[in-house]
Amino acid sequence: MTEQLAARETREVGRPRTRKEDARLVTGRTTWTDNITAPGLLHMAILRSPMAHARIEHIDVGPAGERPGVIAAFSGRDLADELGSLPCAWPVTADMVHPDHPPLAVDEVRYAGDPVAVVVARDRYAAADALEAVEVDYEPLPPVLDLEAALAEDSPLVHSDAGTNRCYTWPLTEGDYEGAMARADVVLRRRYTQQRLIPNAMEPRAVVVTPPSTGSAGSAADEYTVYSATQVPHILRIMLSQVTRVPEQKIRVIAPDVGGGFGSKLQVYGEEALALVLARRLGRPVKWTESRSEGYQATHHGRGQIQDIEIAATKEGKLLGLKVDLLADMGAYLMLVTPGVPLLGAFMYPGIYKMDAYAFRCTGVFTTRTPTDAYRGAGRPEATFAIERTMDELAAELGLDPVELRRRNWIGREEFPYTTIAGLTYDSGDYDAATDRALALFGYDDLRAEQRQRNAMGDRVRLGIGMSTYTEMCGLAPSRLLGELRYAAGGWEAASVRMLPTGTVEVVTGTSPHGQGHVTCWSQIAADVLGVPFEDVEVVHGDTRTAPQGMDTYGSRSLVVGGIAVHQAARRVVAKARKIAAHLLEADEDDLQFAQGTFSVKGSPEARRTIQEVAFAAFASHDLPEGMEPTINAECVLDPENFSFPHGTHLCAVEVDTETGRARIRSYVCVDDVGKVVNPMIVEGQVHGGIAQGIAQALYEEAVYDADGNLISGTMADYLVPSAADLPDFVTDRTETPATTNPLGVKGVGEAGTIASTPAVVNAVVDALRPLGITDVPMPCTPERIWRAVMDAQEAEEGAQ
Amino acid sequence: MIPAAFDYARPTTVDEAVRALAEGGEEAKVLAGGQSLLPMLKLRLAFPELLVDVGRVPELRVIREDGEMLAIGAMVSHHDVIHDPLIRRHAGLLSAATATVADPAVRHRGTIGGSLSHGDPAGDLPSVILALDAELVARGPQGRRTIAARDFFVDYLQTALRPDELLVEVRVPKMADWGFRYEKFNRVAQAWAVVGVAAAVRRDDGHIAEARIGLTNMGTTPLRASACEAALAGADASTEAVAQAADSAAESTRPASDLSASSEYREHLARVLTRRAVLAATDLDVR
Repeated sequence: MTEQLAARETREVGRPRTRKEDARLVTGRTTWTDNITAPGLLHMAILRSPMAHARIEHIDVGPAGERPGVIAAFSGRDLADELGSLPCAWPVTADMVHPDHPPLAVDEVRYAGDPVAVVVARDRYAAADALEAVEVDYEPLPPVLDLEAALAEDSPLVHSDAGTNRCYTWPLTEGDYEGAMARADVVLRRRYTQQRLIPNAMEPRAVVVTPPSTGSAGSAADEYTVYSATQVPHILRIMLSQVTRVPEQKIRVIAPDVGGGFGSKLQVYGEEALALVLARRLGRPVKWTESRSEGYQATHHGRGQIQDIEIAATKEGKLLGLKVDLLADMGAYLMLVTPGVPLLGAFMYPGIYKMDAYAFRCTGVFTTRTPTDAYRGAGRPEATFAIERTMDELAAELGLDPVELRRRNWIGREEFPYTTIAGLTYDSGDYDAATDRALALFGYDDLRAEQRQRNAMGDRVRLGIGMSTYTEMCGLAPSRLLGELRYAAGGWEAASVRMLPTGTVEVVTGTSPHGQGHVTCWSQIAADVLGVPFEDVEVVHGDTRTAPQGMDTYGSRSLVVGGIAVHQAARRVVAKARKIAAHLLEADEDDLQFAQGTFSVKGSPEARRTIQEVAFAAFASHDLPEGMEPTINAECVLDPENFSFPHGTHLCAVEVDTETGRARIRSYVCVDDVGKVVNPMIVEGQVHGGIAQGIAQALYEEAVYDADGNLISGTMADYLVPSAADLPDFVTDRTETPATTNPLGVKGVGEAGTIASTPAVVNAVVDALRPLGITDVPMPCTPERIWRAVMDAQEAEEGAQ
Repeated sequence: MIPAAFDYARPTTVDEAVRALAEGGEEAKVLAGGQSLLPMLKLRLAFPELLVDVGRVPELRVIREDGEMLAIGAMVSHHDVIHDPLIRRHAGLLSAATATVADPAVRHRGTIGGSLSHGDPAGDLPSVILALDAELVARGPQGRRTIAARDFFVDYLQTALRPDELLVEVRVPKMADWGFRYEKFNRVAQAWAVVGVAAAVRRDDGHIAEARIGLTNMGTTPLRASACEAALAGADASTEAVAQAADSAAESTRPASDLSASSEYREHLARVLTRRAVLAATDLDVR
């Protein structure tokens, strides 16, 4: 018992360790891709289409090639033989329309920002200056911007040879929705629009490719080294070999320190393929760093859906069925997982609620806009928004408190594991506990009382209260399930743990951190299992030579798959070490106990060997058990048995000035249940950033296009990313219901805040305005939109009188 | 995000700066704090052939009293305008409005002269300078001339400065006994004003003796809300009288419709913010 207590006090998992990686990241004494240079480095600049849709009638890169400092210039046709189509790894249906996606447009441009030519020069300035010398004649074609109009018979086509703008239609049906609707007392229909969002990672995209024999120190002489600010070095390596036909084993991909991604670097970009092909052609290293303006135009966007929601319920508020019909904006081309993003939401529309029937359908639509793809939450924020907004609307319709309506429908804590109408099995959760704690922290009853009072006074500044009782799925996912969904790859993750002869530890992970703190967390996990000091663990990642096997980082998968793989590999190390320790102590394995890094013989504690001593014994291998390999190092490739399902309750109080339309968040409380926590400080950071990003969608951010298809919110002055100055203090707390599907009981936290917060904020805005007769404000809820809603409501009331 | 090539001069005196500008002719441009010009260069919205960087001209950083006026050097940074005791005492409206400009990094680099010379009607300082009836002192090859603020802002991003002239000083009347308020309405903290209202009010017991109101982003130049000022002159210092006068705040304005607001909404905001600014400047309860 005392030994157990002592062990608990020294456990690393659960400690708020400051992050090992921060000193260099925060001071900038580190390696961003744009810091990388190489002898003879050339710089690439991209000429992009100024139009949303046009035929390239004529292009001449010759004059650019004559500019000072320019080495070469190429059009799409010049490189067409060397460059395949950029990949889409998720053909969601057998009949999905999958158009070619050349890294440089050849005949036609399909969004403003589509690359049409590339210039390579001795410095970045010469390359940028030479772009204006490229001559291009465009024959304008009609833009395709409206998702519904795009599906009409007579619509202009984004890909004329496809004969349609419909990319696919994907259904998911469980139970008898029509029957549920027939039995319902109330059927509520709502349409919500998920505006397009622009990811805006702090570090822009960047790539450096060194060709064989000019590689930087340490790289093999006959391989291409691709340094890229990517979330997915392993996937990128595979795909680059497909696109360029450089054999996979000749490509080494390194993701140096990467400054944020939010999904935008879960991608295989044309610029990465171009840099590789140009390094091959020119025999010199090639570098490209995105400008912020290019980041807005040509890094993939997120969201972009029209959601038609129908919910059927009894008058007591019992949910019977849910119908969801989506139009999802693919943009001009299918990128890595573009068509699959809405499917990640398909399973989440029922949220935490029980119901009898679910009818989901999603239609992917091509438009002449920047391609969409994964953006923090990827499908789940859209789903959560729709169900949580609709629950508030249903509560209002039925005259129920929104908390009460949710309570009547959510899965009880005693009902887990629970298979939802969408077919997912939620392993654990406690929605009552999280909600009760959140309501108490928020002062829900007092705020409702204040709201009633202010409404009765007709206060110019209205108070609104919004909630979101979300769940989401992390892990992405059991490989078998991904196969059923037609995703090209598996959902496993690899780790290896190496005990070095001096007793310190190298953990090799296939995850690829870009701000999350994997080095710290994996050190905590390994230190606990091995009983070694936290400081003695080094984590190796982001390089296909040193961490050769991996599926990378996205979908809140790193901890629940990659972290567990580290845990399992470390346990295998201990198991091997146990054999050697038993041999050295001349004891039976079963008579050994292992605590705090030391094997000892039960009953004779003086007979002991530390794991470091065992590691050295394995290295020396002078005296090992008969037939044992001289190593205690171990690997694990882990395929998760299920998703994990964090959940929580977010509450937001908003003050809405009905005169100016400004919505100001007064207080924000969240109680998240992300299961067991490895590092509470990192969890807190993820929750804060996530909430901020979700609030940004609710109130601030929107990619706006004009009627010609030009992005007009194309700078940070026009696309409003909120800062700390715009956000309230967040009150965060947790409940802890361990996941039952992994040995650490962890669930993942990378996207939860973003998924939860958007509906809480919009629900609060609408709640403030509901007494005026307002039932929706489109996102982002800008002051002008709120003001117009108030004006329209006043006019409607005056009209009624 | 890479500027086109340009030549660069860095004078250390006003005389040198004026000579450099004259030599550069129409294609020369003054670089002050660079907070507007550098983004325009990087976006290739401006292509000057010569940048005359006046960042190392000490005489442009002086703040001094000159009788009934306060003289502020053109290269005084926003940060210094916010914190300088003389400016705070005699031109509190200017300090208060400057504190709303962008973010701390911009306020450390950006300058009052740069902001005014840029002539952006969405900038906070032009409308304030207009409301304060300030004077702007320019130096050119022909010498020094003083331009009244009401004559300085000619059109969108155009001022009365000639290409060979350098703004050297901003002269603000001392208004220590006036009440003031800058009401800025923006979408995020570091953004430009959707609309801003600069109000300075001199009270005479129960009346408003005089009110000066500058409007930010309500046209191609900063504007004065003249009809509203007339309605306030001699009016009761009461919530009702101010509200009534503020209804005319958008008269004779021509705000743009753009990504951040429609013209109709801007006119509405101008009325609301004028009421709030004048009430605050008159020391009346805003609610």
